[in-house]
Amino acid sequence: MELVIVNTGCANIASVRFAIERLGYAVQVSDDAAVIKDADKVFLPGVGSAGAAMSQIQAKGLDKILPFLTQPVLGICLGMQLQTAFSEEGDVPCLGMIPTRVNKLQVGNLRLPHMGWNQIRVTQNHALFDGIANDSYFYFVHGFAAPVSDVTLASCDYGQAFSASIGKDNFMGVQFHPERSGTNGARLLRNFIEQC
Amino acid sequence: MLARRIIPCLDVRDGKVVKGVKFRNHEIIGDIVPLAEHYASIGADELVFYDITASSDDRVVDKSWVNRIAEVIDIPFCVAGGIKSVEDAGRILEMGADKVSVNSPALSDPSLITRLHDTFGQQCVVVGIDSFFDENSGTYQVHQFTGDEARTQKTRWQTADWVKEVQQRGAGEIVLNCMNQDGVRQGYDIAQLSAIRQSCKVPLIASGGAGAIEHFIDVFQQADVDGALAASVFHKAIINMDELKAALHKAGIAIRSGA
Repeated sequence: MELVIVNTGCANIASVRFAIERLGYAVQVSDDAAVIKDADKVFLPGVGSAGAAMSQIQAKGLDKILPFLTQPVLGICLGMQLQTAFSEEGDVPCLGMIPTRVNKLQVGNLRLPHMGWNQIRVTQNHALFDGIANDSYFYFVHGFAAPVSDVTLASCDYGQAFSASIGKDNFMGVQFHPERSGTNGARLLRNFIEQC
Repeated sequence: MLARRIIPCLDVRDGKVVKGVKFRNHEIIGDIVPLAEHYASIGADELVFYDITASSDDRVVDKSWVNRIAEVIDIPFCVAGGIKSVEDAGRILEMGADKVSVNSPALSDPSLITRLHDTFGQQCVVVGIDSFFDENSGTYQVHQFTGDEARTQKTRWQTADWVKEVQQRGAGEIVLNCMNQDGVRQGYDIAQLSAIRQSCKVPLIASGGAGAIEHFIDVFQQADVDGALAASVFHKAIINMDELKAALHKAGIAIRSGA
């Protein structure tokens, strides 16, 4: 199985790669359109700001291929957000594979960014969450989020309800960091590789 | 519910984990990677690695251990010490660290915080603050170069002012190390942490003073910190992680169970 991490130029690529390797799979990191198109599964990682990441993706010409991939794609954190239509963080149009948008979290007196371990609720029966119970903890670090909508696969609460995971067709995304979420995160990555 | 975090801190000197009392007299605790794996497996929520030699020695420090840690652990970790530039931070993050923490170099050049924020995003930028309570003046003062007794110095900053400044510059988290309490296991500085909490709108991590399970309960309940950092109580197995988390849970504090 060919697994490819899209080299978005963002900082968490190494930790995503190590997490996949811990599951016993080889994975390559690439920004080559041909390599990405030929992969069986594609990971789209990302940390940082949406505007900077979209600029990187456009500079590499990847905005021309990512929305048209037909194999399973898993966006992680900012990578998930980039799959939506639009991010309020810098008011940038994103790749648009999943019909939702990303807004600043409205958390009242709570601290931002939302940083730490929080519990999710699985809202759709999806292979990505196979064997993962409601109220399982995952590690989050973010200040922007997608609202709960009909593309929500799992939700989380921090001042407001938001999407912990979204998906449409072959495109999936998680707001949390499975590569840093202990055994639950490892299970989710394995589900994506073996069941999605 | 967002869980409070228990964060073992591993002070690193020359590739070994060490622990001193009040920042002094460091003794070797063990090798980094097996200790990191151990803490991840027993349910630590996050780890902090402080390269305590780096800032004060003014030398290039071998950070290849960051890569080795990232390979084996599946919880977030932060690297502190000797990060003086955007390039330094970039190398650490590329090796797989989730966050970088800056302390003395940010005091020398506060624009470092701004540049780290603009390059990597707020979520990567932790600012560590060594705060000393001066009994003569009754004020909390920020100290610099605390890794080296000969160079440790008081700065012009009072702690509350520096906390505000670093938030304005884009810090995503603040670790407040209360120097008077460090290593003596008499409890966290609840008074100081509560005061700083009022002006800290980003996650605040308590550091210095943990000696018993009650200290963790107190600091979460009374100072409303997001995480509690501790070293010797874990390294010396004075506190058992399972018992700590069970006690916090029983006290009604949101905490993650399991690994």
